[in-house]
Amino acid sequence: MRSVKLLYFAWLRERVGVAEEDLVLPANIATVADLLTWLPQRSPVHAAAFANTATVRCAVNQDFATPATPISAGDEIAFFPPVTGG
Amino acid sequence: MANIRVQTADFSIGAEYAALAAGRTDIGGLASFVGTVRNNAKGRPITAMTLEHYPGMTEAAMARIAAEASRRWELLGITLIHRVGTLLPGDNIVLVLAASAHRQAALDATSFLIDWLKTKAPFWKKERFLDGTDSWVEARADDEQAADRWS
Repeated sequence: MRSVKLLYFAWLRERVGVAEEDLVLPANIATVADLLTWLPQRSPVHAAAFANTATVRCAVNQDFATPATPISAGDEIAFFPPVTGG
Repeated sequence: MANIRVQTADFSIGAEYAALAAGRTDIGGLASFVGTVRNNAKGRPITAMTLEHYPGMTEAAMARIAAEASRRWELLGITLIHRVGTLLPGDNIVLVLAASAHRQAALDATSFLIDWLKTKAPFWKKERFLDGTDSWVEARADDEQAADRWS
């Protein structure tokens, strides 16, 4: 059983309705891309939040990730829109 | 070497200059950039701006950006301060200071630091308009292009 912590920021947080959630990953989820395919199936709010993944960025363990980035038990995985600081 | 802070409080550019240069006589050039809240978004008046960030990753990302600047230029000091929370038009958002023995390194590093801060540190801006509606600021392609010119 692999547990991970998901974090959401900016409009992704607003659309999902929570800032974070703890999840147990299905066995077939190995990468960020797998997660992006699976998450929208979890609920209507997840489906709405992840409807357009072109505008979703990801960090794994506080470092920017790509769709190919592997995920493992205990990871902190954050989803957010493209950054707009400065 | 880098002084990196994420805070809700305002900053004083004069105090930060003094802190960076205190006790130093080897600095020949100190360059700065201050980003402030503009009172409109594409001509539409805004009444406030709220900045959200990713605690932990933000500081790590800012440290990586400062380390990259130090790798590219011979710097004697860097200060990066980014505010979060709700700010008003005219308020300070971000301060970049870079010190070097000579001006060009300080000026170029300052430009690099703000370009990368805008595109590689996890901050998000939300604007509030006169009618009370809110809107998340969208990332700009020209910010990406500005960051890419350093790669």
